[in-house]
Amino acid sequence: MRRIGGACMKPPVFGYAAPRSAEEALALLSELGYDGKVLAGGQSLIPLLSMRLTAPHTLVDINRIPGLADIVIVEDGSVVVGALVRHAELLADAPAYAALPLLRRATSNVAHPAIRNRGTTCGSIAHADPSGEMTAILALTGGSVQIATSGAENRDVAASEFFLGPLESCLGPGELAVSVRFGAAEPRSGSAFLELARRRGDYAMCGAAVMVTVDEDETVTGVRAAYLSVGPVPAVHDLTAAVAGQHVGSADWGAAGELAATLVEPDGDLHASSDYRRRLVAVLTERALPQAAAEASSRSQEAA
Amino acid sequence: MTVTEDRVQASGHSATDREVGKSRKRKEDLRLLTGRTTWTDNHSLPGMLHMAILRSPVAHAKITNVDVSGALDRPGVIAAFSGQDFAEEQGVIPCAWPVTPDMVNPGHPSIAVGQVNHVGEAVAIVLARTKAAAQDALEAIDVDYEALPVVLDMEETVKDGADLVHSHTESNTSFRWVFDAGEAGTGTSTDEAFSGAEVTVSRRFIQQRLIPAFMEPRSSLADFQGEGVTLWSATQVPHILRLMIALSLGIPEHKVRVIAPDVGGGFGGKLQVTPEEFLVILASRRVGKPVKYTESRSESLLSAHHGRDQIQYIDIAAKRDGTVTGLRVRLLADMGAYLRLVSPGVPILGAFMYPAIYKFPAYNFTCDGVFTNKTPTDAYRGAGRPEATFAIERIMDELAAELDMDPMELRRKNWITHEEFPFTTVAGLTYDSGNYEAATDKALEMFGWDDLRAEQQQRRDAGDPIQLGLGISTFTEMCGLAPSRVLGSLSYGAGGWETASIRMLPSGKVEVVTGSSPHGQGHDTAWSQIVADQLGVGFDDVEVLHGDTASSPRGLDSYGSRSLVVGGIAVVKAAEKVVAKARKIAAHLLEANEDDLDFKDGSFSVRGTPDTKIGIQETALAVFAAHNYPEGIEPSLDSEATFDPVNFSFPHGTHLCATEVDTETGRVTIRKYVCVDDVGELVNPLIVEGQVHGGLAQGIAQAMFEEAVYDAEGNLTTGTFVDYTIPSATDLPHFDTANTVTASTTNPLGVKGVGEAGCIASTPAVVNAVVDAVRHRGVNDVQMPMTPERVWRALQGDQDSERAAEGTNAYGGATTEDEKLLDTGGPS
Repeated sequence: MRRIGGACMKPPVFGYAAPRSAEEALALLSELGYDGKVLAGGQSLIPLLSMRLTAPHTLVDINRIPGLADIVIVEDGSVVVGALVRHAELLADAPAYAALPLLRRATSNVAHPAIRNRGTTCGSIAHADPSGEMTAILALTGGSVQIATSGAENRDVAASEFFLGPLESCLGPGELAVSVRFGAAEPRSGSAFLELARRRGDYAMCGAAVMVTVDEDETVTGVRAAYLSVGPVPAVHDLTAAVAGQHVGSADWGAAGELAATLVEPDGDLHASSDYRRRLVAVLTERALPQAAAEASSRSQEAA
Repeated sequence: MTVTEDRVQASGHSATDREVGKSRKRKEDLRLLTGRTTWTDNHSLPGMLHMAILRSPVAHAKITNVDVSGALDRPGVIAAFSGQDFAEEQGVIPCAWPVTPDMVNPGHPSIAVGQVNHVGEAVAIVLARTKAAAQDALEAIDVDYEALPVVLDMEETVKDGADLVHSHTESNTSFRWVFDAGEAGTGTSTDEAFSGAEVTVSRRFIQQRLIPAFMEPRSSLADFQGEGVTLWSATQVPHILRLMIALSLGIPEHKVRVIAPDVGGGFGGKLQVTPEEFLVILASRRVGKPVKYTESRSESLLSAHHGRDQIQYIDIAAKRDGTVTGLRVRLLADMGAYLRLVSPGVPILGAFMYPAIYKFPAYNFTCDGVFTNKTPTDAYRGAGRPEATFAIERIMDELAAELDMDPMELRRKNWITHEEFPFTTVAGLTYDSGNYEAATDKALEMFGWDDLRAEQQQRRDAGDPIQLGLGISTFTEMCGLAPSRVLGSLSYGAGGWETASIRMLPSGKVEVVTGSSPHGQGHDTAWSQIVADQLGVGFDDVEVLHGDTASSPRGLDSYGSRSLVVGGIAVVKAAEKVVAKARKIAAHLLEANEDDLDFKDGSFSVRGTPDTKIGIQETALAVFAAHNYPEGIEPSLDSEATFDPVNFSFPHGTHLCATEVDTETGRVTIRKYVCVDDVGELVNPLIVEGQVHGGLAQGIAQAMFEEAVYDAEGNLTTGTFVDYTIPSATDLPHFDTANTVTASTTNPLGVKGVGEAGCIASTPAVVNAVVDAVRHRGVNDVQMPMTPERVWRALQGDQDSERAAEGTNAYGGATTEDEKLLDTGGPS
């Protein structure tokens, strides 16, 4: 295993391995334990290395492993995204958009085109940043992460179990997230995604991913939302109580927004205080819900 | 009187073929944009070592011990030094602008000895065979610090009994600089104007700290051999740097050569003599090998000088009909921990611009420069003038609101009309030319002012959550720094002239050597256009040499929008000398009287017999051969000229901004931005537009995006581009730019300078627009940068909580107790 870095680059010295198969990668990760760190798109890891905020012993580069770059639409409508699928590929994927439009709506807000070209959706989720767009989408859709370990069956961990805290997931030493599965959209549902950042492509001060479900009379039956940058993990909140039984055309979305604001516990930072983030939760929710409701309504009419 | 016709036209080209005025693509861009050039960091010398700097992690502390021995054991490390190792020979980082005779300069070491005064100050260095080895070895250096109280808040630092940044000084105030129009004889004093005023408006504005953030990080390579040193450095000021190395480090000036190769941006941030430059020289001398240092972006944000950071108290007096009667300005200007090259002069440059384009009869200005435990401040694009322009243009809007008057009508009522030029202002400047009416009328037409006003009213009436606001900035500035005598009167340590020399090569091609060292502005192109016209040679026949004190020994470099207005005119003067001498030789060759020769399109011809002619390029070959030339004349066509301007130049313009303010989130979106700038004659309209765009981006960035923030311990919390939020093109609107042309009367090209205009003008236009959008909600200011949260908080009437409170309130206003106000650091 080569040890590179240090001599000619900004990061601290690290070892580097580029396995050619998943088996080889898993064996290596198992052997390395806590010393191993998976490198996929590197859009979070490499800056951390360059600023010397992390010093992993060995990087296991999975980019040469075949079979990890597929986007699969499962029969039930869920979307499985392999570990090497770049954000840009998911953004452009028409079947994925047809199955789950929220994927494209959220992915288009992930950083900048250059980062989307290289960064992976799966890696972004494994990074478990609560300001990440795709972590919120995984949580909102009730998705899961498929985790492989050498010598064991893959395990499938629900989003609600996967995220443990800021930049902390249940991925253990020796484990590799081989894919993520975004849960299928419910019938007669619609979605929307809104976020507010200081600059285009920045981490959002707050973001809201929402889903609205209606019945055949276009009465609201379900409202769920997941938020970015307002808690340690992407939290999903059920806001149905605020608008249940109301017609989509006249529902009190503002009430749903106010309900949401009572459910989040955001921290403040340089760019936005706790109070302000809480207010953004209310406003973004109130604005996103009618968009989602309009889509749900039109889906409902198509179904009829 | 407006002068537009009586200028000297270039002699070499007929009007239709003139190069000046063409939007030539920049000839330097191929090499700059493709990377086929040599930045300082690309240079390597045999045996060269790399330097890494251990920087202070604390803002204020005694250094009780530095142990570098651990670093010496690391692989690849050749040497490591603490400040103590250079204590006897490191000189001081110079301050060339002692603005008052009693200014306190505590002395600025290149590397700390015994005490650190800001986070990021150099404490130790490592020299190693590779950059990474040097960087790694920093971890093995032990430093013991003994914490001192950290001084950060300007209004607190000037109070009696405040903790001191420098224990050997009496207070944290470095200087007080005062201008009073009554005392200067340029107007009247302000006390009477304010005591009898029908209306007064007072405001406290915060000019937040900014970081120049040039694209190419700073880099220096020193090769000390024998008694002298060659220094390659990414600097705006190779000539000033050379002199300061000689004066400060005691190396004879003729043994110092400074080379500024292509330099990737500066914005004033490389108008400096830096600790890092001195350290590579000291280290190279100590170890006898070339030493290079290139900063990381993180180091750059932390330790390259910052800009702005002033608190402005401004009072305006007026009659009820809107006629302004007095202006009073008091500043606290944060110098940071030390005085650098022109730190104290930056707010003083602004002193002359507060009265701007308006006919104030009375004016008083007082500035206190104060020390804090922060990175030193110095020039940043505009340097003093953006701050002044902001304050006056903001308070004109506030006065208009107070008087319930249209803000443009208020400006028209008070500005200098075009018939009144030349006009001497209450600050003592004589504006040679200008036409504010023309620029404003054109801008209003492009903007669609009336339609936007109508839409604003509709949105207000409808209670639309997205409100519309219109902002104005009718600015002027002083640039083309500067008449040497004026600089002398302001105690600046140098003159403001510039040099150029022209070498006619045997084949008729032309080399132009300029003392104005560029860092990306397009000198190669603009100078080629000027020389092509003056000599009647082709644009491509001209090569521009710059940035090496061995080839261009005299110069005062590039800053203050001076390159074209001073350096470009020196080029014209040098070309005139070439033509004058060539005329004598051509007359000899044509066997004619030189008074009978016409010079046109690069050829001398005998008046009346136009076929009897010789080109200036052929003349150059004849001079080279030297077989046949007049008696008493040296056989060369080279020339040198030094141009010292007689006055500043005064670009002006009208910038109009429409913003949409989301009243529920506080988000601001620029809907439309129109600017009509009058920068005099345009040498290259494409370059002018580029300068305006870049300036607008930086000015809008101050209004909406950027702020260097320190925490309570004095750590820079905006230490990366994640948190120091420079806007990109996607965050900025389309710019509608145009020009009116009122030529400068004080130089033969009629040019005024454009490097800073966009940056100076745009900031208040944006803030005025945002305040206008929400004034009906009781908001009369939003502190910069106007983040969504700050705007939202202002709308909540929440002006006392958290950071939103800073600067957003009108302060009570000064009465006659100015002294008391400053001594107590402002009203409590």
